[in-house]
Amino acid sequence: MTALPEKTDKKLGLVIDLDTCVGCHGCVTACKGWNTQNYGAPLSDTDPYGADPGGTFLNRVFSYEAQAEGQPAQTVHMPRSCLHCDDAPCVTVCPTGASYKRSEDGIVLVNEDRCIGCGLCAWACPYGAREMDRDAGIMKKCTLCVDRIYNENLPEEDRVPACVRTCPSGARHFGDLGDPDSDVSKLVADRGGYDLMPDLGTKPVNKYLPPRAKDTLNTQPLEVIADEPQGFLGWLDKALEKL
Amino acid sequence: MHPAPSVIIFTTLSGLGFGLFFWLGLGVPDVSGGTAFAFFAIAYALSCAGLLASTFHLGNKKNAIYALSQWRTSWLSREGIAAILTLFLFALVAVPRIFLGAEMAISGVLGSIFALLTVFTTSMIYAQLKTIRRWHQPLTPVMFLLHALGGGALLAGEAKIAGWLLLALTLVLLAMWRIGDQRAAARGTTGDATGLAHLGEVRMLESGHTARNYVVDEMVYRVGRKHAAKLRMIALGLAGALPAAILLLTPPGHITAFLALALHLTGAVIGRWLFFAEAEHVVGLYHGK
Repeated sequence: MTALPEKTDKKLGLVIDLDTCVGCHGCVTACKGWNTQNYGAPLSDTDPYGADPGGTFLNRVFSYEAQAEGQPAQTVHMPRSCLHCDDAPCVTVCPTGASYKRSEDGIVLVNEDRCIGCGLCAWACPYGAREMDRDAGIMKKCTLCVDRIYNENLPEEDRVPACVRTCPSGARHFGDLGDPDSDVSKLVADRGGYDLMPDLGTKPVNKYLPPRAKDTLNTQPLEVIADEPQGFLGWLDKALEKL
Repeated sequence: MHPAPSVIIFTTLSGLGFGLFFWLGLGVPDVSGGTAFAFFAIAYALSCAGLLASTFHLGNKKNAIYALSQWRTSWLSREGIAAILTLFLFALVAVPRIFLGAEMAISGVLGSIFALLTVFTTSMIYAQLKTIRRWHQPLTPVMFLLHALGGGALLAGEAKIAGWLLLALTLVLLAMWRIGDQRAAARGTTGDATGLAHLGEVRMLESGHTARNYVVDEMVYRVGRKHAAKLRMIALGLAGALPAAILLLTPPGHITAFLALALHLTGAVIGRWLFFAEAEHVVGLYHGK
């Protein structure tokens, strides 16, 4: 059913540290790899070696530049994927019931056997988290690696989403954001984790940790030092003028 | 938003078809026999052609039957159900009227209500989307309903009623664009969307993709904005003002009615194309657009 559960037992989600992320796209590759070979239809690559390559991804890293007046610019890498919203508009608009939010852990999933590929859920999502797979004709989205996190065939350290497992800088954290005592919840509280576009009322589960304050550079820009040259330079200046 | 031809055909044709059903249900024009057959055939042809067109852009048509299941939350599902109910109700009206000459007044009125409800549910598919601020306003359903009522009255041969309705449509279009522009302008910045505004001015340095993709094609890539102002005037004149003037100022006749209909349909298609093409989705902010 596309009615949202009133309450979910857990709120599994990601906490992404924008201070630590170096923008290596490792999570993008790990996500594509795992989700192409496992749950649901593979993530297609169209015309991969041709002139107009394209394809479906569940996670993409964008880079932004922020600059305050009179300050040096700062680069922030922002991985973007489904935020598994508590009030997920993509779920309620779905006409077929293919989109649903699980009451046990809050993961938002697509039942590919019911999806008609109308694309309305992608229109309803403010975050661009859903991509239609153009080969399969069905909507793809982050599953929070539902086929890893409960998978007892995997070693315990691998039972986290592929993007979290692969992140070389430790910028991605996975856990229950509904439990105030979980590591991820403490991290969010410590670092002032925030929601993306909270005014749209989607109540995202995933949180972003803002970049830490940078040291301020105390050096002034270089002054012009030879406006009125003195000493040897003064003599040279005058000598050259006379030539 | 990507102006998919299937969705433009769907909303204009089915809107017109259900608009004609609305008037036929009320007994306007009061016809029976062969004439009634012709009117109902036009209404069915338009609404069914529109509904069929709406399935063209589906990625996975074989699951279409499930689309009727989620009426509790989904306007798209409600739209499908309302459309099918309306088509069914009008079979109960059309057959007795054509072959038995029966009035079918009560079922007719009921059918008319459902016809309007269908158009309303269609409009809510778009008006419900908070992500597209331009559409998320009360005038969006009003615009769809006036298109259906005005166009339907034109097809039903009610020149004067159609004239007044198309005049109302002209005013509503103007107001909708004005409010839409204000709402779109208040969409925020890349800094607001990323939550990084406190760091200063935020611009996109590098996008998360090297090739085009679904999100960009569907929601970020915008067409028609360069000529939006001109296209608005063309749509306004053709869909509303000109046919309204013809219908209200000239004596009723087949030629003027046909001319008004041709102008209105052309304007409606242009207006609907623009409705999609100029709508900006908030996800564009992440792409610096």
